[in-house]
Amino acid sequence: MTEALPETALPETALLEIRGLEVAFDGFRALDGVDLTVGRGELRFLIGPNGAGKTTLIDVITGLTRPTGGSVRFEGHDLVGRREHEIVRLGVGRTFQTSVVFEELTVLENIDLAASFRRPLWSLLRRRRGVSEEVTAALETTGLAGLAGSRAGVLSHGQRQWLEIGMLIVQRPRLLLLDEPVAGMSSGERERTGELLTEVARDHTVVVVEHDMDFLRRYASQVTVLHEGRVLTEGSVEQVRADPRVQEIYLGRAREGAEDAVR
Amino acid sequence: MTAPERSVRRWQGPAVFTAVAVLALVAAPLLLEPFRLGLLAKYLCYAIVALGIGLAWGQGGMLTLGQGVFFGLGGYAMGMYLKLNDAAGDLPDFMVWSGVEKLPALWTPFGNPVFALAMVVVLPAAVALLLGALVFRQRVRGAYFAILTQALAAALVILLVGQQGLTGGTNGLTNFFDFFGRDVAADETQRGLYLLVAVVLGALYLGARQLVRSRFGRLLLAVRDGEDRVRFLGYNPATVKTLTFAVSAGMAGIAGALFVPVVGIISPALLGVVPSLELVVAVAVGGRFALAGAVLGAVVMGYARTYFSEELPDAWLYLQGALFVLVMALAPKGIAGLAANLVRRREARA
Repeated sequence: MTEALPETALPETALLEIRGLEVAFDGFRALDGVDLTVGRGELRFLIGPNGAGKTTLIDVITGLTRPTGGSVRFEGHDLVGRREHEIVRLGVGRTFQTSVVFEELTVLENIDLAASFRRPLWSLLRRRRGVSEEVTAALETTGLAGLAGSRAGVLSHGQRQWLEIGMLIVQRPRLLLLDEPVAGMSSGERERTGELLTEVARDHTVVVVEHDMDFLRRYASQVTVLHEGRVLTEGSVEQVRADPRVQEIYLGRAREGAEDAVR
Repeated sequence: MTAPERSVRRWQGPAVFTAVAVLALVAAPLLLEPFRLGLLAKYLCYAIVALGIGLAWGQGGMLTLGQGVFFGLGGYAMGMYLKLNDAAGDLPDFMVWSGVEKLPALWTPFGNPVFALAMVVVLPAAVALLLGALVFRQRVRGAYFAILTQALAAALVILLVGQQGLTGGTNGLTNFFDFFGRDVAADETQRGLYLLVAVVLGALYLGARQLVRSRFGRLLLAVRDGEDRVRFLGYNPATVKTLTFAVSAGMAGIAGALFVPVVGIISPALLGVVPSLELVVAVAVGGRFALAGAVLGAVVMGYARTYFSEELPDAWLYLQGALFVLVMALAPKGIAGLAANLVRRREARA
């Protein structure tokens, strides 16, 4: 399927290997040959200006968007061409920029539904009796235990994001992809999300798409910078911040001023 | 909420169910004259279809405008058995009139009551499974799905009408005499049939309620409200929808089979686009988000239909349409939603 890659004899710890990924929407190249390797246990931040292709990259990994070229390998499985729920079952979970929780269900039911995804369908015909250990744990980790019986529709924006993260971790994915988890959050909520992220990253491999530089400085270890559909550079936060090209695309943009921010 | 209040609430549902069951199984047969009891039996058959619509549409978000198809498949399966049973080895009467000389191969197995009764559920469920597998996998939904089901209803009517010798054409299957050893028209038989319909409706209601309250039911709601999100929980929404659609089709099939001995006929006019739509309207009026609302809607609209078509036959269709628009605009949760609001307001005041 994929050609042998002798020059990149990857270390055994690589969990996700993306090679030469290309996505074109009506001629616009959203991704233009992206290579990315994420090792087991890593906490990787993915940054880049608007339109750099960050969300598109996540969409391709999770099966939402089909690439026009390149390969995505996860633990030896080729993910390209698989359907979304199959990819989740292989152990790749994601959240969305605008959180989507099931508003009619309670917080507990949301997490319980996520936790039950490996059960055979017929066994779902029984009613839920009590609360399983892993669901309790996810409620504790996300700090939503006090809201377990509330309908998810009444949650604040921040709480919804935490619920999404709770629904993710209860599935014990081997790779978590979080798309702008702190976008639109108050500073208190950011703080709490950062703590949650650090906790989750302790025993999961996590890729976070984030715009927020301040958040990045505080919680990131490894950073990949995407720009115009390509990987511009990779490294520690300090290395990346010191890179003049990164400064240019970020600071240059910032200087250009308000129009980008408005967009 | 205090503990006694909670236990009151827990017993509220079963108490209402028991009361309705007593009313339906004891009071109605005692108080209603045979003709009125027969009408109620007919409405309860529609209520079974409505229950399935409530499940597919209210809980699963699949607006099915072709439930008459499944009702018809169940009805014809039963009708074919009854015709063959009455003919006792000869050809059914309408075939003789159409000049058919040999029993069509399609009919032969329906002479066996076990096969025919099995087909009452299997045929509709299989058609729904096939349609669901083709359609939901391709992520056809919303209005497209609704139109597709409606087209299916129209197509089945054309098929049935066109095959006079095979299906009885526009007249459908009628003139039944014997129903499992009893005279189908006798009051006694009709009362028994009424009780059977009521018990089947009750059992299916309890089954549907269990389904809704199970994890599968939660999953179904999740699919209704965020199908794309459900994929990223690792579930295949197409499977969930297809199975639910098949269950609702099976219910319609059972309803159709019970309808045949109760009313004495199954014909294309009973299962086309209009009757299918009327049932959806009934479910909307009763309240599609509550199973009890769907059942209630079918019974209420059944009575309204009978009353108005006796009093002002021309106006009924317009009235029905106006009622649908009003409900959708003012009380999208239907009668059940209004009732729930009343209860809540009274509790808040107390």
